[in-house]
Amino acid sequence: MRITQGTFSYLPDMTDEEVALQLRYAIGNGWAVSVESTSDPRPRNNLWEMWGLPMFGQRDPAGALYEINECRKAHPGRYIRVSAYDSRHGRQTTALSFLVNRPQADRPQADRPR
Amino acid sequence: MAQRWSAGVLQYAEMGYWQPDYEPKPTDVLAAFRVTPQPGVPPEEAGAAVAGESSTATWTVVWTDRLTAYDHYQGKCYRLDPVPGNPGQYIASIAYDLDLFEEGSIANMSSSIIGNVFGFKALKALRLEDMRIPPHYTKTFQGPAHGIVMEREYLNKYGRPLLGATVKPKLGLSARNYGRVVYEALRGGLDFTKDDENINSQPFMRWRDRFVHCMEAVNKAQDETGEVKGHYLNVTAATMEDMYERADFAKEIGSIIVMIDLTVGYTAIQSMARWARRNGVLLHLHRAGHSTYTRQKTHGVSFRVIAKWMRLAGVDHIHAGTVVGKLEGDPLTVSGFYETLRCDKAGADPLRGLYFEQDWVSTPGVMPVASGGIHAGQMHQLLGYLGEDVILQFGGGTIGHPLGIAAGATANRVALEAMVKARNEGRDILTEGPDILRAAAKRSRELDMALSTWGDVTFTYESTDTPDLVVTPS
Repeated sequence: MRITQGTFSYLPDMTDEEVALQLRYAIGNGWAVSVESTSDPRPRNNLWEMWGLPMFGQRDPAGALYEINECRKAHPGRYIRVSAYDSRHGRQTTALSFLVNRPQADRPQADRPR
Repeated sequence: MAQRWSAGVLQYAEMGYWQPDYEPKPTDVLAAFRVTPQPGVPPEEAGAAVAGESSTATWTVVWTDRLTAYDHYQGKCYRLDPVPGNPGQYIASIAYDLDLFEEGSIANMSSSIIGNVFGFKALKALRLEDMRIPPHYTKTFQGPAHGIVMEREYLNKYGRPLLGATVKPKLGLSARNYGRVVYEALRGGLDFTKDDENINSQPFMRWRDRFVHCMEAVNKAQDETGEVKGHYLNVTAATMEDMYERADFAKEIGSIIVMIDLTVGYTAIQSMARWARRNGVLLHLHRAGHSTYTRQKTHGVSFRVIAKWMRLAGVDHIHAGTVVGKLEGDPLTVSGFYETLRCDKAGADPLRGLYFEQDWVSTPGVMPVASGGIHAGQMHQLLGYLGEDVILQFGGGTIGHPLGIAAGATANRVALEAMVKARNEGRDILTEGPDILRAAAKRSRELDMALSTWGDVTFTYESTDTPDLVVTPS
């Protein structure tokens, strides 16, 4: 069954081009992009495994996308999420967070439009 | 000055309540009143009377004033501005020394500022438009039990408005049927469902039965979606003891949120805010009854003042208008309410009805709730006008969906996510919104049906509560 955590779970899974546009938005806002994964088949928790540190200095969406794809290669069967962190005073919290990889059991049906 | 102490009736202005040279101190509480004096009453006297009656004065000279440092305790009307386009109305700015108020008490502050003065005969009408609460006073209040940032971290939901729905019909459902509506709406994609303001514990459904059935629905929807979800369990009741009992039970069976109505009163709200922080349960406030005194422009209390008081009192959610829905809400005025609830530092902005700057000194923000006659076809306007930190509540717009409640919820969620995605991609959602929705509907039958059912529904009536710098409809 499809879990619907994350900002865009009710939309068709995004292409890399679409993910890059969201990364551009996040980086343009001065947010640090980070990648996390979990092997929990039904995650409903906050603490996923960090794929390296949040990319505080990364200004290039392509660089952030590269890390996402590296994480996908290493963990094709895991849930992977991308988050953008806003460290401004008064926020100091996640600003955007969406899934970019799902285990096989949670992949879209064949007839689902992509 | 000798005359100041002669027995008898003296004009308020002469008693020291009109001080055009007074420079407000950073610690003063400031208030802006819209004053409509009776014919023949000079505006300075009317402003002074408001300052007097909301602080130390009575109708006649009393010698016992001389036992006090009376000038310290006097409210001071320091400024009067005629209201543009409304002859006979003035904005009176009044400064109150901090010593006039008890720390951390909305009841005390409101008894001072709006206690007696609104019935004063020399005024035809009076409206409290705005207040500046100095940091020295702000810091004596708890503030929101959790606030916007903590709520999002509890829910693990970021980067988009939250979605809710009020269960309908609001009265008459049995607990079992009620729980069904909650389950369908949550599993379909909403984050929250909500009791209505007048659903408490009536013969057709007692509170404990409702709570139990709603939590079964919440838990089942959480299991199926992997998301955190909640139902605002309304704990409004006749006594504090009853409210605590209901809130404790809600927490015991795992609810992440409870709800109260504005009608319970400021002190009960502050007590529940303390309970909510102590117990790690979010606190939703329905502003039931507010329109009786907030809506008319010449008399009453502006909602922006109520919003400010409720942020101090410590609620996590408050209904604050939709702009596009069925209830009162001029766009600029509503954006002033949202600013009051969400920003840490807000500048004065007369175009949005903000008369003073306000520094919240890190008091958490309150999540505004937009509710009343909104539907998926307005998603671009809702996101464009209200932004991201808001709960969009679609009651009829979820439950009235022709394919059922879950489909209605899915339609709203698809519309919302498509709009956020498009906005983040750099598209101009206010102009391209309808196209974005139509494109999303090609992949979602639920949204397609919602658009064909409600796409054209609008509520275009003129607002009564508007800023002065635009023309007010009479």
